[in-house]
Amino acid sequence: MVAETDVRNAVVELLRKTVVKLPADVRSALVKAMDTETAEVPRMQLKAILDNIALAEQGNTPMCQDTGVTIFYVTLPKGCEVDVEKGIIEGVKQATKEVPLRPNAVHPLTRKNPGDNVGDRMPYINCKVGDKDYIEITVMTKGAGSENMSQLAMLTPSQGIKGIKEFILNTVLRASGNPCPPMVLGVGVGGSSDICMKLAKEALLRPLDERNKDPEVANLETELLQALNMLEIGPMGLGGKTTVLGLNIEYGYCHTASLPVAVNVQCWAARRGTVRIHPDGTLKFPTHEEA
Amino acid sequence: MTKRLKTPLSEEDVRALKFGETIYLDGVVFTGRDEVHIHALEYLEKGEKIPVDFKGSALFHCGPIMRKTGDVWEVVAAGPTTSSRMNSLEPEFIEKFGPGAIIGKGGMSQPTVDAMKEHGCVYLAITGGAAVLAAKGLKTVSGVEWYELGMPEAIWIINAENFGPLTVGIDAHGNSLYAVVNDKVKENEPKVRERLGLKK
Repeated sequence: MVAETDVRNAVVELLRKTVVKLPADVRSALVKAMDTETAEVPRMQLKAILDNIALAEQGNTPMCQDTGVTIFYVTLPKGCEVDVEKGIIEGVKQATKEVPLRPNAVHPLTRKNPGDNVGDRMPYINCKVGDKDYIEITVMTKGAGSENMSQLAMLTPSQGIKGIKEFILNTVLRASGNPCPPMVLGVGVGGSSDICMKLAKEALLRPLDERNKDPEVANLETELLQALNMLEIGPMGLGGKTTVLGLNIEYGYCHTASLPVAVNVQCWAARRGTVRIHPDGTLKFPTHEEA
Repeated sequence: MTKRLKTPLSEEDVRALKFGETIYLDGVVFTGRDEVHIHALEYLEKGEKIPVDFKGSALFHCGPIMRKTGDVWEVVAAGPTTSSRMNSLEPEFIEKFGPGAIIGKGGMSQPTVDAMKEHGCVYLAITGGAAVLAAKGLKTVSGVEWYELGMPEAIWIINAENFGPLTVGIDAHGNSLYAVVNDKVKENEPKVRERLGLKK
């Protein structure tokens, strides 16, 4: 029988793994960027990134000082009676002290910092009920440098796919070197304004080497990725071949009169992690298993 | 050869740097981001003294993760934050407080480039997100001011040793590596539009 303290402990461990070590798909994309780069300045940037990843793992230290705000995606088994929300909140508090995480969460108007990354609607928890017997908790630790470059547009249906491409291109041009490129783009298309932004963030949860199941959308992902890398904004905006490390699109049906499109911008340190808490209390970390 | 400089920087040190060059720093480095800029300028307006002297200093746009053991602070992770957030405050900050170097990521806008040229200051780019690597060069912490602003927003006074690599992104002569990249991006944009089937 899983208890609230099991959830808390699992969340502390999940946050530690997530901020210390990147998922394998993100690491391979960075190695590939280094392999294809020829110019000296971007190579130096990518080398610093790869050295840093190794140092963070060796020292069990967060790879970036901006350990983000914590956005959770929870799938509960049917009839789950554990107070998962409370377990997550306590886990975030404990991880802030123990990992440590930087206390990032502040009141939006007074800017007062409680120091424990917990406040109204923070951590933010998305929750649904699934058909498995375990509790699955995914976390994205989202830094502000990249998040601040994110955008939403309420296009008209007549603007169509061209309008979507135009908007994504302009978002990348506007972001330039600010979001710590090589960046990952999560694109949401459709839904309503709020759903569209959620889709954009959820797109960032998919591994970079996995294309959308819809072949047309998959082609759009590849086309945009290749085209955007021709801009040569490069790592840290200092020029170079890799500006966008990955681009994932998620869509949802929308009103016949609208075409919302959202881009959630993510830095190279695309940190996400998942833990599964099985009924007997065992923990599995599918995003952080050793290859 | 890679240059190594010690803070506080003289105007001569600063003016000798060229954009695109790589350097390493020794000496005191102050952290300061949004709130430090806002507060310092507010203090000045009210005629109050700020707790540190930024003259010739290296001001690092950074909100670090720090750990306190007993009475001693140590730097856990300390990469740069996005410098463009300070675009509207930096020209006045440079004019009034005279730092020799701003360390950050992403570059800064033209008014800051102009202020750097006028007052003798450079912008040093450090790899964003590479916070453990950066922390290696930030050896000891000699103090903290304005801690009430919160850990990320306080002024941390740090002793650096071989801190870098830092790329001179903007020099004190009005040259910016970001402007060069920007021109290249503008040149590339029509090709990208063509590839995507968009109007040029």
